[in-house]
Amino acid sequence: MNGIKVITSREIRSYFATPLAYVFILIFLVLSGVFTFYMGNLFERGQADLIPFFNFHPWLYLFLVPAISMRLWSEERKSGSIELLLTLPITRFQAVVGKFLAAWLFAGLALFLTFPIWLTVNYLGDPDNGVIFSSYLGSWLMAGGFLAIGSCMSAVSQSQVIAFILTGTVCLLFVLAGFPLVLNVFRDWLPILVVDTVASLSFMTHFGAIAKGVLGLQDLVFFFSVILFWLLATTVVVEMKQGQ
Amino acid sequence: MRLLFTQPAAGKLFRATSTLVRVYFARYRNGVNMASFSMGRKMIEISHLVKQFGTLQAVNDLSFSVAPGEVLGFLGPNGAGKSTTMKIVTGFLKPSAGRVSIFGCDIEQDTIAAQRQMGYLPEGAPCYEEMTPRTFLNFIAAARGLKGAYASERLQQVIDTMSLQAVLDQRIETLSKGFKRRVGLAQAIIHDPKILILDEPTDGLDPNQKHQVREMIRGLAKDKIVIISTHILEEVTAVCTRAIIITQGQVVADCRPDELEQRSKYHGALTLDFDESVTAEDFLGEFASLEQVALVESIEESNQLSLFPRHKDQSMLLDVSQLIRDRQLPVVSINQEKGKLDEVFRAVTQEQNP
Repeated sequence: MNGIKVITSREIRSYFATPLAYVFILIFLVLSGVFTFYMGNLFERGQADLIPFFNFHPWLYLFLVPAISMRLWSEERKSGSIELLLTLPITRFQAVVGKFLAAWLFAGLALFLTFPIWLTVNYLGDPDNGVIFSSYLGSWLMAGGFLAIGSCMSAVSQSQVIAFILTGTVCLLFVLAGFPLVLNVFRDWLPILVVDTVASLSFMTHFGAIAKGVLGLQDLVFFFSVILFWLLATTVVVEMKQGQ
Repeated sequence: MRLLFTQPAAGKLFRATSTLVRVYFARYRNGVNMASFSMGRKMIEISHLVKQFGTLQAVNDLSFSVAPGEVLGFLGPNGAGKSTTMKIVTGFLKPSAGRVSIFGCDIEQDTIAAQRQMGYLPEGAPCYEEMTPRTFLNFIAAARGLKGAYASERLQQVIDTMSLQAVLDQRIETLSKGFKRRVGLAQAIIHDPKILILDEPTDGLDPNQKHQVREMIRGLAKDKIVIISTHILEEVTAVCTRAIIITQGQVVADCRPDELEQRSKYHGALTLDFDESVTAEDFLGEFASLEQVALVESIEESNQLSLFPRHKDQSMLLDVSQLIRDRQLPVVSINQEKGKLDEVFRAVTQEQNP
């Protein structure tokens, strides 16, 4: 446990030691504002909820999360500090989890800083705060899923650009898994069971359910399993890459 | 009555059982340590190590062991497998075959326990450039499990040893190469490890800094194991008690640095420096006639003669100086050579790949 804690706290400090953290938070806040007010027409709808705000989150994460996750392992390998990290008395999995947690907490902070929107709808009307809380939680869990995928992609390549593109692509597949675009590819030649499985991997479906205020166990389990799976995959990739 | 009788008995039984359980678990918990204690002596043992990268055989059946108190100089041409070996020993790379045991802990099975014993400076001294030496060293101390007063005491000590006080709160990326290297060394020794593995610790340092690092290594407690890879040969004679030369992943020499020097054809040779008014080559015959002298060579550009002894353990100095005095030869200085390491190095490493 100590290992995870030490890694997490070092990573978080390092976010704030560079302009990365501030730039990211600023852009995240500006973009989520733009999406909510201009494209989501929060005011014009005349309803006291945050549906327009959360609806754009999967798309927002699609290119902002890879920006956080791309450096997780690529940078370590490029600068050679991975050799230092992995010869400390810390297991590979602890290092993977520690780094992921730092990124996840950081994403959580960015999300938390959108609270003025929540205050705004409360000031203007009488929203269902339970639903909003649930949506925040769902959004954070989804960010976690994206980050875990990003962590693995970052371990694959020592180029941050490649990590960014790979993460974006894989995340897009997970977002679109429930959409005909992806399902039609499989529908013709795979049994319906497989197609249903693919569809059930959709981030949109599970996030949508939580964002409606239904905090179902299956959705929580889904996101936590996605995170765990990709973190284990990261560990395997880190291990494999060292052998080369 | 019955009840009163059985209660203490039950209590005894319970106590006995719980003691048994505790002993069992204690044994289980210490199992690793106990096993390793009986299995391995307090040393590093490397046996039949092989590492392959695709078709490239980086380390090829390498075996040696290092005992406490030894400062091992690990020599070899670039690409000989020095760094690869160190990466395997520190648990960063997995060997293709063979095993490494650190004080009885197998590096593959018992990685964390083995890594706790070691301090490691990777090649090029990589670190987290956006941190300052202070935050970086604190991070390493925490990761190594140092706590409280002991952690701050150790921190202060490595800062003093490595003279880092002046740059403590500057970003590492802004520091000079010498300071970066010292930060790297500081993190390697912060937990006062029993084993120190340094991959080219003085590479890129100026002579003063090199001297400092060597002093630091010499100042380490005498019961430690130090492995230094280097291609600076003078470093081996300066700090090492033992030298291993590897080439193409195999040991080609393993001995004390002075024994290595003795292998040199220059060991025991005399170099005579002649006055500029004469040509050294003209006196070649004079020395060749001496009984002790096996061979005389002239070194053209420097106006010098090299005299090689017939028997390496017998000095020619007396005879030669007698001759010089008798004939009044214009010799400015006489040097007795210990041996040229770089010549030995070339000889052993090129035997393998002509």
